Amino acid sequence: METSAAARVHPSPREILDSVVIRFAGDSGDGMQLTGSQFTTATAVAGNDLATFPDFPAEIRAPAGTTYGVSGFQIHFAAHDIRTPGDAPDVLVAMNPAALKVNIDVLEPGGLLVVNTGAFNKNNLAKAGYEENPLDDGSLDPFRILAIDITKMTLESVKGIGLGSKDAQRCKNMWTLGLMYWLFGRERESTVRWLEKKFVKTPKVLEANIAALNAGHIYGENADLPHGIGAYQVPAAKLEPGQYRNISGNEATAWGLVTGAKLAGLEIVYGSYPITPASNLLHNLARLKQFGVTTFQAEDEIAAVSAAVGASFGGAIGVTGTSGPGVALKSEAIGLAIATELPLVIVDVQRGGPSTGLPTKTEQSDLFQAVWGRNGDAPLAVLAAATPGDCFYMAVEAVRIAVKYMTPVMLLSDGYLANGAEPWHLPDIDALEPFPVQFRDDPEGFMPFMRDKDTLARVWAIPGTPGLEHRIGGLEKQQDTGHISYDPENHHMMTKLREAKVQRIAKDVPKAAIDQGDPRGDMLVVGWGSTYGAISQAVRMLRERGRKVSHLHLRNIWPLPEGVGDLLRSFGSVLVPELNNGQLVKLLRAEYLVDADSLTKIAGQPFRISELVEAAEERLKRSLQ
Amino acid sequence: MSPNPPKKEYTRKDFSSDQEVRWCPGCGDYAILAAVQRVLPDLGSTPENTVFISGIGCSSRFPYYMNTYGFHTIHGRAPAIATGLKLANPELDVWVITGDGDGLSIGGNHLLHVLRRNVDLQILLFNNQIYGLTKGQYSPTSQVGKVTPSSPLGSVDQPIVPARFALGARATFVARSYDTSKRLPETLTDAHKHDGAAFIEVLQNCPVFNDGVFDLITDRKTGPAYQLWLENGQPMRFGANGEKGLHMNPKTLTLEVVTVGEEGITEADIVVHDETNLSLAWMLTDLPGVVALGVLYRQPGPVYNESVTKQRELAKERFGEPDLKALLRTGHTWTVV
Ligand SMILES: Cc1ncc(C[n+]2csc(CCOP(=O)(O)OP(=O)(O)O)c2C)c(N)n1
Ligand code: SF4
Ligand SMILES: [Mg+2]
Repeated sequence: METSAAARVHPSPREILDSVVIRFAGDSGDGMQLTGSQFTTATAVAGNDLATFPDFPAEIRAPAGTTYGVSGFQIHFAAHDIRTPGDAPDVLVAMNPAALKVNIDVLEPGGLLVVNTGAFNKNNLAKAGYEENPLDDGSLDPFRILAIDITKMTLESVKGIGLGSKDAQRCKNMWTLGLMYWLFGRERESTVRWLEKKFVKTPKVLEANIAALNAGHIYGENADLPHGIGAYQVPAAKLEPGQYRNISGNEATAWGLVTGAKLAGLEIVYGSYPITPASNLLHNLARLKQFGVTTFQAEDEIAAVSAAVGASFGGAIGVTGTSGPGVALKSEAIGLAIATELPLVIVDVQRGGPSTGLPTKTEQSDLFQAVWGRNGDAPLAVLAAATPGDCFYMAVEAVRIAVKYMTPVMLLSDGYLANGAEPWHLPDIDALEPFPVQFRDDPEGFMPFMRDKDTLARVWAIPGTPGLEHRIGGLEKQQDTGHISYDPENHHMMTKLREAKVQRIAKDVPKAAIDQGDPRGDMLVVGWGSTYGAISQAVRMLRERGRKVSHLHLRNIWPLPEGVGDLLRSFGSVLVPELNNGQLVKLLRAEYLVDADSLTKIAGQPFRISELVEAAEERLKRSLQ
Repeated sequence: MSPNPPKKEYTRKDFSSDQEVRWCPGCGDYAILAAVQRVLPDLGSTPENTVFISGIGCSSRFPYYMNTYGFHTIHGRAPAIATGLKLANPELDVWVITGDGDGLSIGGNHLLHVLRRNVDLQILLFNNQIYGLTKGQYSPTSQVGKVTPSSPLGSVDQPIVPARFALGARATFVARSYDTSKRLPETLTDAHKHDGAAFIEVLQNCPVFNDGVFDLITDRKTGPAYQLWLENGQPMRFGANGEKGLHMNPKTLTLEVVTVGEEGITEADIVVHDETNLSLAWMLTDLPGVVALGVLYRQPGPVYNESVTKQRELAKERFGEPDLKALLRTGHTWTVV
């Protein structure tokens, strides 16, 4: 294959790099998400550890060439274990002036800039707001530039195949991908196979895409690259042996739900109304009907959760998935499931801001809504996934808790986890402990709200069972019998009972344990959700500098696991970084009366490791003064 | 629609729960409850396979009084909850109980969609033209000018015609009756026989907040002049002695009330009821000076829960037995040694 030809043309060995961050940026129509995901697959095949972060605009087809139509995909890959898509790119691929304008500020001086000069015409420059062509005015001098007329090169490479000029131009991304494959020593094979499948019905388009991919690669092999730009190699990382795949959070959540239902011996009814970034959970589950999954695309979020509650009443596990605005609509029905003590799983794939906010950006601002956001004293269990792959395990756990405790469980994911991907060590399904549900079928002594002594869960008796006919509802009920009761003492007691039941879950989940570092020290950094990777890397760096810093990561947000208070009190200070205006920090302060300090970022973007390190250093200095 | 024939002969008592009924004395809901309890044994229903699901309102207390499975849910959402229940267990015989506020204000959206999907349910909408439970505000079916605490100078809202709403939503079965009607069990039976969503509007008197709004229609003396009982395939005649009928005016394409024997009108001029005729059903929803009762429209169509079940079976056929391990390995995987 051509790969060996490259070695012949460039006998000089590839420069070995430990890790690289590449950002692909272009117009929404340039196919950058596709290019990024192909590069990801090829990188996984090369054996690197990796993390990705797609960043696309809210508009489906924003006007071409505009800055708000820029779509980006960042991938971080390394010869060692990594946990984030990287702070700032080492390499920026800019397919047009707008993509350059939006991203150039984050490229490190000395970074490699690949630009498609073919798109730098007057019109595009004006749309991006450039008065002068940045390729000519010296403003890009701090960078190493690979300026190529990719448009022209692409058109040439597909000449003769007989595509229209529009279709031919569309192959630009494959040409670029081919060049990037050569630069970083990736194999083209996985992409060729993928193209063959995708374009099986349009052989000309297939031929053109492969031609462009190869042409980009050959360009790299033969071109005299500018001084300082060569071919690179990032050696394979030492990953734990086993079978791997790439996985995104929403895929993992869907598969986790299916696995959880299987372990419980139940079918799933998944009610949902499309909303970014939760929609592809619905898409993923809709394809799994053969696994006993029924998906219901409801008329709104209220109907979606209501159908899930009805399904749980009927003996399936009702699940509903949405984002923050949808959870707001579902609150009343979630309260009904709490009052009637039915199992229910609610997946909240969080996005930014109040109201419509930043639909395509990530945030962690639904923690309060999850824990407290209902009328009345209405407790439920709240879990939060840490990584895309962790969504699988948390979804299984959500089903387990829901059916064991007869309670709604809210699983918090977010846009970053939902769309981000990472290599995932496939779990051994057979090793997962089943938790089969036992429906009540014995009429002897039956009362609908009689409870298990240990879990306080009520019995689950489903319609169709002779002799167990009963009525449930949202009105307050007498303990055991479930008859309507307005008795003041009974309501007080039932409220306490519902709370006690949810609190029992704390004894049934892993005790709080330090993720990294010593059990005491100068600072404990406490995180939850998708910031896990960034905080973990930051703490590693701080510890390498000799700081006495440790990391505690919470997967159980409510009830909080046992042992959190003791850990918080074992450190000189507590820092809680969150992608919101300070929510977990307030929960911890309220629950444990500790002087936890908040670090907030509300930009719709994940934390950069450096931001976390700087903030921690600054606070450590302050506390030592 | 219970899959197993009843093992024992059930009676009305088997369907009555031990809960004290808490509606106001004289409330029309009592008569509807009695009719339902009476008709269920005749339908071959069993307490264990029957479920009543309601929203919130006086009418929605209904499930508590039935010795079947029951779910008193939240305001307006019963159709969605019933849909989920049917998806989890299509074998159950599910009845939805709702009110004019529950089903047509807060839950209007869900009612619309449950009807167009044609989920196999019986939906009873108790229309008392008022919000009973919240003490008498005007509802979406209240007449213009209705004076209530929230409309001291009379309501200015145009009322909705429930049967018309249902037809607009492409309901496959639309019927109408009233609380004390002797023929209510017959209409319930027709609804129960129907595969798909069967919508019945039940005119219901609320003696406390809206007493007597349907008196002209339901009164034993005045009623016959105002009740048009529909019989499929029969001319649409009514009146104390059956002297009146509906005639189609070919110029205006509207139905007019005529008297047989007057102005040269004969039996042959009276329109024959055809349950499958949507245009006719539309006209029957709101007639001048008379109220159509019984089955206005019946035209079976694909049943939602059956289509869903079919797709699931198809998926099993097409993709084979579910295999979680294989699922996790779809797409690209690689091995690290
Ligand atoms: C979310 C919500 N909003 C408002 C109410 C108050 N509420 C209860 S019943 C009702 C109206 C009921 O009217 P209708 O459906 O006609 O039932 P009726 O009492 O007349 O039988 C209202 C407004 C409620 N329970 N929940
Ligand atoms: S308020 Fe009216 S509808 Fe409600 S129970 Fe009393 S009489 Fe019946
Ligand atoms: Mg009413």
